[in-house]
Amino acid sequence: MSCFTSKFADELIANAAYIGTPGKGILAADESTGTIGKRLASINVENVESNRRALRELLFTTPGALPCLSGVILFEETLYQKSSNGTPFVEILKSAGVLPGIKVDKGTVELAGTNGETTTQGLDGLGERCKKYYEAGARFAKWRAVLKIGQNEPSELAIHENAYGLARYAVICQENGLVPIVEPEILVDGSHDIHKCAAVTERVLAACYKALSDHHVLLEGTLLKPNMVTPGSESAKVAPEVIAEHTVRALQRTVPAAVPAIVFLSGGQSEEEATRNLNAMNQLKTKKPWFLSFSFGRALQQSTLKTWGGKEENVKKAQEAFLVRCKANSEATLGAYKGDAKLGEGAAESLHVKDYKY
Amino acid sequence: MSAFVGKYADELIKTAKYIATPGKGILAADESTGTIGKRFASINVENIESNRQALRELLFTSPGTFPCLSGVILFEETLYQKTSEGKPFVDLLMENGVIPGIKVDKGVVDLAGTNGETTTQGLDSLGTRCQEYYKAGARFAKWRAVLKIGDTEPSELSIQENAKGLARYAIICQENGLVPIVEPEILTDGSHDIKQCAAVTETVLAAVYKALNEHHVLLEGTLLKPNMVTPGSDSPKVTPEVIADYTVTALRRTVPPAVPGIVFLSGGQSEEEATLNLNAMNKLDVLKPWTLTFSFGRALQQSTLKAWAGKTENVAKAQATFLTRCKANSDATLGKYTGGASGDSAASESLYVKGYKY
Repeated sequence: MSCFTSKFADELIANAAYIGTPGKGILAADESTGTIGKRLASINVENVESNRRALRELLFTTPGALPCLSGVILFEETLYQKSSNGTPFVEILKSAGVLPGIKVDKGTVELAGTNGETTTQGLDGLGERCKKYYEAGARFAKWRAVLKIGQNEPSELAIHENAYGLARYAVICQENGLVPIVEPEILVDGSHDIHKCAAVTERVLAACYKALSDHHVLLEGTLLKPNMVTPGSESAKVAPEVIAEHTVRALQRTVPAAVPAIVFLSGGQSEEEATRNLNAMNQLKTKKPWFLSFSFGRALQQSTLKTWGGKEENVKKAQEAFLVRCKANSEATLGAYKGDAKLGEGAAESLHVKDYKY
Repeated sequence: MSAFVGKYADELIKTAKYIATPGKGILAADESTGTIGKRFASINVENIESNRQALRELLFTSPGTFPCLSGVILFEETLYQKTSEGKPFVDLLMENGVIPGIKVDKGVVDLAGTNGETTTQGLDSLGTRCQEYYKAGARFAKWRAVLKIGDTEPSELSIQENAKGLARYAIICQENGLVPIVEPEILTDGSHDIKQCAAVTETVLAAVYKALNEHHVLLEGTLLKPNMVTPGSDSPKVTPEVIADYTVTALRRTVPPAVPGIVFLSGGQSEEEATLNLNAMNKLDVLKPWTLTFSFGRALQQSTLKAWAGKTENVAKAQATFLTRCKANSDATLGKYTGGASGDSAASESLYVKGYKY
């Protein structure tokens, strides 16, 4: 094979395939301390460890939610946290058939000489860190590369740096038993139309899969986490069916069938938008050799957060709101979402933040 | 899109899809004058135009074969030839649902500084030539790039040159209404095992699709003509099921689902081997988002040539032999071939020629 032979190969393939179980998807709960601070600030909650722990406990113990999930991405702090009755979060997830994942990148830094383009850091000592995370129970990892659309962006440099960073991260993960989620996010910021987004997405994904091939990555043991193909944030919106058509076509042109599943990021989409778009993709009658699912952060948690407001007495209601989104997205992975999810507060609210810093 | 969508886009997509129809495949009858001369020499037939015309008429008028074929690749001379009744071959084929194709490359030349590696020429005035071929009735084209496996081969130079040459050829074809068959043949010559062939095939195909993306080729309007993944010619043979497994795995890892069909070359395989291998691939219980069919030259014509031996009185017998191979391969595209199509020893004869020059 052109891919390297890992002692974890069978496990990687099994775990990647499991994450791609129809009816399930990923909860991205890996907000760094800084990022979760912004979320908590928006609901007037203090950014202390106990609150961060309480939020994640709220999510992971929501009755009926875990069956909708095949994985949860965690931040390092959360990987080692426990519920209030002392059960490690990792145990709660595993016993419910949910694979724990871990964010392993260390954020973006600017590429000198470009117009604000970035590369992602985190390769130093990554192998050792992956080993530790595997021991702690993690079975998949996530690394977010970021690109943007502009007059001259993304530049060939940005595409190359980010693609090859992703590939290096991916093979290091596989050497250490973690399924790498490959995330080349193209930000929605801008006034470009959907065709431009499609063209850039195809170019970026082609570069990613060339890099993965060069680095001998086992595609059957990876997942892809791309943006959906949409108009820019400053352009007129289009119907979910149009987004579905352009997105799936871009993927057909670039993502090999060996990749078991594609788990979309939600970017700045509202909870309802993200669900409807995913649903439209799964209803599309065309070749889709990979399972299409979700890896949503904001688009799964927004109304839950608002409902909770940091208050103990709101936990039950907040959990109900979370379950609504989990079920809606679970249905969307089957093309069965009827658009009738009880909209929680803020479910239709755009979550776009210009020039979003994770 | 990142793909160039010219005035022929819809036609290209339709033609490519038709060629990939399950149950049908391509007869590669595009032997250059020099190459067909070698075939004729092996059956003691003089290499003159009338004999070349007679052979192709024999093939194109074989009763019952049209339903097995979606296309025939022709050499330039043949594109303008007629049956003995005066009907242009091109018209005969089109009337019977078989699309005429044209070989457009001008053979290989050595890459200086390499160990006998080559690149393919033919780009000069290719656009103009394609226009003429389109007028003459051709609707697809073929360009053969050649790579080899050795201690230090294929080199990065050879992979890049051949991939980029294929991409440039492909886009020029699409600009002029011809569906490009992309053929990156990795020769079987050598003592390497099947794993090495798989690794090289995956690396080469990854480079090819990256190049096609860079050149804005519309994948839905192309076909791929790869080698099957097999042990080297000097290595022990393996079963069709093993060949099928390695071949389909390599393709799943590299060929985007947007490509409608993969039309295998037969290389030096015997008629029966090639059919059994194709059949095994189509029986493989794994998701294949493109159809798998044939584009055979020697593996469709070998026993027919021998049966004909240049004599008019043998034509009916030769045509019956040709029909047998056509049906066998048609069945193989559906995974329905049960083997032993003809008791003819020629069918099992290896067609391998060391250092084969087309």
